[in-house]
Amino acid sequence: MNINAIYMGGYGIYVWSAFIFAFVCCLYLYLKTKKELHRQEQAFLSHVKDLPKAKVKIVQTQRVNKEILVTSSKYSN
Amino acid sequence: MQKFFDLGNIFSICEKAIKIVSILLITFLIFGLIQSLFLSPIDYIQGHSVRIMYVHVPSSWIALLSFGVIGFLSILNFIFRNKNFGLIGKTIAPIGLMFTLISIFTGSLWGKPTWGVWWAWDARITSMLVLCFFYLLYIFSWKFISNHSANKISSLIAIFGLINLPIIKFSVDWWNTLHQTSSVKILSTSTIHHSMMVPLLAMFLALSLYSVLIFLMKYKTEIIRLKRKGLNRI
Repeated sequence: MNINAIYMGGYGIYVWSAFIFAFVCCLYLYLKTKKELHRQEQAFLSHVKDLPKAKVKIVQTQRVNKEILVTSSKYSN
Repeated sequence: MQKFFDLGNIFSICEKAIKIVSILLITFLIFGLIQSLFLSPIDYIQGHSVRIMYVHVPSSWIALLSFGVIGFLSILNFIFRNKNFGLIGKTIAPIGLMFTLISIFTGSLWGKPTWGVWWAWDARITSMLVLCFFYLLYIFSWKFISNHSANKISSLIAIFGLINLPIIKFSVDWWNTLHQTSSVKILSTSTIHHSMMVPLLAMFLALSLYSVLIFLMKYKTEIIRLKRKGLNRI
């Protein structure tokens, strides 16, 4: 790789630091969000599993609950 | 309108949108990074340091836009009394805060080679710092105040914080600042060359798509959390 592309006439340290900082922040927020989403999906799934069968049927009548169950079980498999 | 904001409807839209947004994000990010780091021309005065603009400017735009949306939703929250507006605001806030921090940090990195200082108590930079505090106040109000009052108090903070947005925007015109005036204008002709405008817009699009992706994931999380609480009432 051309060394000038990294050195950038002496400004490389500022330019690369700016891009790397932004990248690390974005990656951190993405991973944190993904982890929290997965945790909530699993918690929802295990909560439903603990319910009696009659209550599970009531839960499944709601569209949003059905959607959550489908996506949660898809990622837990 | 109430039907559109139905949670079931929104959840299924979120699920589909995440996949589409992810593909678009990767495409624009690769294009934007190659353009801004290697292909765009250098500035005749600032040299290569101008490349910081491609991450600094879009981050600032998104930070301002996010707070604008939160403020607008807070007003709607008071008018329509729909908790969903507050929930959307709560979801957007961490994204806005992160881009405010990126804007301040990259601005500091740009300031050192350009002005010779890392920080100056200049109107634009200080008002961005104030925005950062408004984001923190808004997020903390959701975190540390009980759920019913949090919706109201956070909305008030966001509405009050809206005053800061025009101050940030026009600070470079109203006061004599170190920060340059804006080169990209919506209402009049922009003074930036198209060879720099293309990577700038590509990076703005990529970071906007990233914000949408995080928003969708966070919003999904909030819906699941709400529904899990509802399970106890069945």
